[in-house]
Amino acid sequence: MTTIPSTMAGTVFKIEKSVGDTVSIGDVVVILESMKMEIPIESPVAGTVSAISFAEGDFVNEGDTLMEVEGGGA
Amino acid sequence: MTNTLLIANRSEIASRIIATAKRMGIRTVAVYSDADAALPYVEEANVARRIGESPPAKSYLNQDALMQIAKEEQCTMLHPGYGFLSENQKFCEKVLGEGIIWVGPQPKTIGQMGEKVQARNIMNRAGVPVVPGSEGQIATEEEAISLAEGIGYPVMLKASGGGGGVGMVVCHSEQDLVRTFASTKKRAEQYFQNPEVFLEKWIEGARHIEVQIAASRSGEVVHLYERECSIQRRHQKVLEEAPALHLSQTTKEKLYEASIQAAKAVNYENVGTIEWIVDQDENFYFLEMNTRLQVEHGVTEQIIGIDLVEWQLRIAAGESLPLHQHEIKPSGHSIEWRLYAEDPKTMFPSPGKLSRWELSIAKGIRLDIGYREDNTVTPFYDPLLAKIIAYGDNKEEAVRLLHEWSNETTIEGVKTNLPLLQEVLVDQQFIKETYTTNYLTELQKQKGEQSI
Repeated sequence: MTTIPSTMAGTVFKIEKSVGDTVSIGDVVVILESMKMEIPIESPVAGTVSAISFAEGDFVNEGDTLMEVEGGGA
Repeated sequence: MTNTLLIANRSEIASRIIATAKRMGIRTVAVYSDADAALPYVEEANVARRIGESPPAKSYLNQDALMQIAKEEQCTMLHPGYGFLSENQKFCEKVLGEGIIWVGPQPKTIGQMGEKVQARNIMNRAGVPVVPGSEGQIATEEEAISLAEGIGYPVMLKASGGGGGVGMVVCHSEQDLVRTFASTKKRAEQYFQNPEVFLEKWIEGARHIEVQIAASRSGEVVHLYERECSIQRRHQKVLEEAPALHLSQTTKEKLYEASIQAAKAVNYENVGTIEWIVDQDENFYFLEMNTRLQVEHGVTEQIIGIDLVEWQLRIAAGESLPLHQHEIKPSGHSIEWRLYAEDPKTMFPSPGKLSRWELSIAKGIRLDIGYREDNTVTPFYDPLLAKIIAYGDNKEEAVRLLHEWSNETTIEGVKTNLPLLQEVLVDQQFIKETYTTNYLTELQKQKGEQSI
């Protein structure tokens, strides 16, 4: 299992994947908004989304786990 | 009766407005979100009121909360600053409905210029040159493709309700347009509650020049010369200077005249700015009009020797313009640096605590500051920390002042774009003023850095 952390503090603007979706390396999984800018968060691994920790509109801190991805790997 | 001014904004611009109001003997009321409670402007105002939680929707965009405070504090005037509700026609109407003076133009003008499609049409009818593009909003992808062929690539797909660099995409081909059409519409709906989009010709190698104007209620309109604003990242300005030395005097005169014409076309009242795209042959086209005080108003104040916030307050109170056109004379050169909390290489935001914030104080340097040491720069608002405004007899002197200032300044705790700003200062394109709106993107490319 791989966790995808938030690279900075901000608000979850859009969640691009649902639990059960397959992701490839480099897929944008979440878009954060910080300081009026959209910041895409990419998956570092391939696999299946097993958990999403926040909802759109939630505030996250740097390092918070945004998503968990099962299987596959880098 | 003494006026009481509510400042519906935060950080450096709130401090800037408070300073002038105080000098004029106007009582000031500031509002602050939880994130901003320790910022300098909160202490500078006569009264400071908590407006709500940190997210803008719960604080500086909360119209009911603002109106409540305005009534409780018996405010007679409201200054919206820039961003937030400054170009919101409905909010302006609410303020006026309570018998409070709005420091800005009439609500109808705000609405007309805020909707870019309508603004283009009004200017077209008034004989003001407009960037070639679609005449109305575009409903479907097919329509967009056919219009883009007529205009010729590259084109810019823009949200009609957009502004501040948000909601626009450059398309170099039909594939680009197809890829971005639906998402741009959706984003426009999300951000501006208005899904309308339109197309404009994307003029390569262009410069972004804007003209400051001021207009009294009785209809007197003056221009306050130009600002050169081509140095941008993500269609947002990073450095501005005045005057624009590269433009011919003939073109400048034509720009001033067209700007006054544009202001008159919408019966403009108060201080405003007309933004122009100027191509390499010095043809110019109307881009948009900002119906508020601009972030970069300081460079104009420096070269003309006036206080634009004072002008705003006087005009809003019904006074005539403080100066007639023939009395407005620019001299010297001013450069503004926008100091942002962001990584100078990737240009990603860098929130955090300003653990060291030692800004040099120097002759010829004006500092419009939003924060003090130990303040936390939060992710909720834009990354502007301060504006460093240099003024000298000429450009060389202004550049030298900025060099000296940065050598004696120390900032720690957040990353800032100061290294990038310093780099621009020594670049030949900046010195010789051959730069265009692509300048920063090209500079990052040359260095092999991935910017966004």
